[in-house]
Amino acid sequence: MIPASFDYVRADSVDAALAALTEHGDEAKLLAGGHSLLPLMKLRLAAPSVLVDVGRLDDLRYINDAGDHIAIGALTRHRDLEISTMLAADAPLLAHAAGHVGDPQVRHRGTLGGSLAHADPASDLPAVILAMGGTLVATGPNGTREIAASEFFTGFLESALAPDELLTEVRIPKLDTQGWSFQKFNRRAQDWAIVGVATVRANGSTGVALVNMGSTPLLASAVMDAVKSGAGAADAAAFANEGTEAQSDINASSEYREHLARVLVRRSLEESGLS
Amino acid sequence: MQITVTVNGEQRSGDVEPRTLLVHFLRDELGLTGTNVGCDTSSCGACTIHVEGESAKSCTMLAAQVDGLSVTTIEGLADGDTLHPMQRCFQENHGLQCGYCTPGMVMAAVSLLDEIPNPSETDVRIGLEGNLCRCTGYHNIVKSVLACAAESHGASK
Repeated sequence: MIPASFDYVRADSVDAALAALTEHGDEAKLLAGGHSLLPLMKLRLAAPSVLVDVGRLDDLRYINDAGDHIAIGALTRHRDLEISTMLAADAPLLAHAAGHVGDPQVRHRGTLGGSLAHADPASDLPAVILAMGGTLVATGPNGTREIAASEFFTGFLESALAPDELLTEVRIPKLDTQGWSFQKFNRRAQDWAIVGVATVRANGSTGVALVNMGSTPLLASAVMDAVKSGAGAADAAAFANEGTEAQSDINASSEYREHLARVLVRRSLEESGLS
Repeated sequence: MQITVTVNGEQRSGDVEPRTLLVHFLRDELGLTGTNVGCDTSSCGACTIHVEGESAKSCTMLAAQVDGLSVTTIEGLADGDTLHPMQRCFQENHGLQCGYCTPGMVMAAVSLLDEIPNPSETDVRIGLEGNLCRCTGYHNIVKSVLACAAESHGASK
């Protein structure tokens, strides 16, 4: 399978990338690792007329201690996250989940920023960043702005990024983590989650987010409220499907996904230390 | 567009369309047909090569993305007539049945041992999750990788 024809521009700086986006508008797509975009283009489900390759912007490949948060460059690869000692200590949920994205070959190429900007509800890392209360930094022609992860995912493969903006950084609050869990249910190791659950318990509150339970990655707000009110894992997990719109597909019916969500949320809460 | 790639240590240039996939550049332009196209959907790993020393699926990369970078294919592993240790271990342990997945398996396995030099059997099985063998010959594939790891681990002691 070969993608439809397009023009290719390799950006050697953030400014060059922004200039290319401004020039080509919504005809252009950004290419980072390409492991979400290229499969769509090969299936002709996406046919941008210009690809702006930001994959060489090594200035955006970093994991830095920024005091009260960890700053991660958008071009940081899944493999970098997986083996980061800083993340292992201060954001173990993210390091662990990054090690379960796709397979080693995918993790060598795929990037955190690419995964978030692609906004696939079936991807692992959007839910992880949601559960952790992350903040995304977008850079556009008029400078940078911060977008809370909870405001970022606006629809199926749609985000709050404007067509002329580049996601440049992801900020994770440094949490005093008491417990965390990442549950990924799939048929084969390398597959997308049929349903996934990311949970982090820290600083007296609990964040729970769902993979593949609607058109966007979702915060399990009703579960979080129940935990806040003192519910145990089993009682809180009963709210797992509130606000979800699980789809039926070749892998699972919506009813089965709802069942999985309840079971996996319970397991996730229990694994993160809630009895 | 014109690209120049260091393939198996040699500078190779080509005139490609931006949409040319890396695997097609390697096979059709450079004649390096050891890299197979399997599923063509980044699932099976038959097209695994190394980009800058790390395993990658060449059906899910553009040739343009490796312009100026270094790529290693299965043809680049052996030193003349001397097989790479991983190739020899696959041969000695009969780590293949039909052989179609083998180049990708070997490339993934070499990358795996770079990252985990002394893996457990579980490490190998998980580390090869991106490579499928339709003959289901996994037992001897895992055995081959473990043999290669034990050999190089022993040699470095």
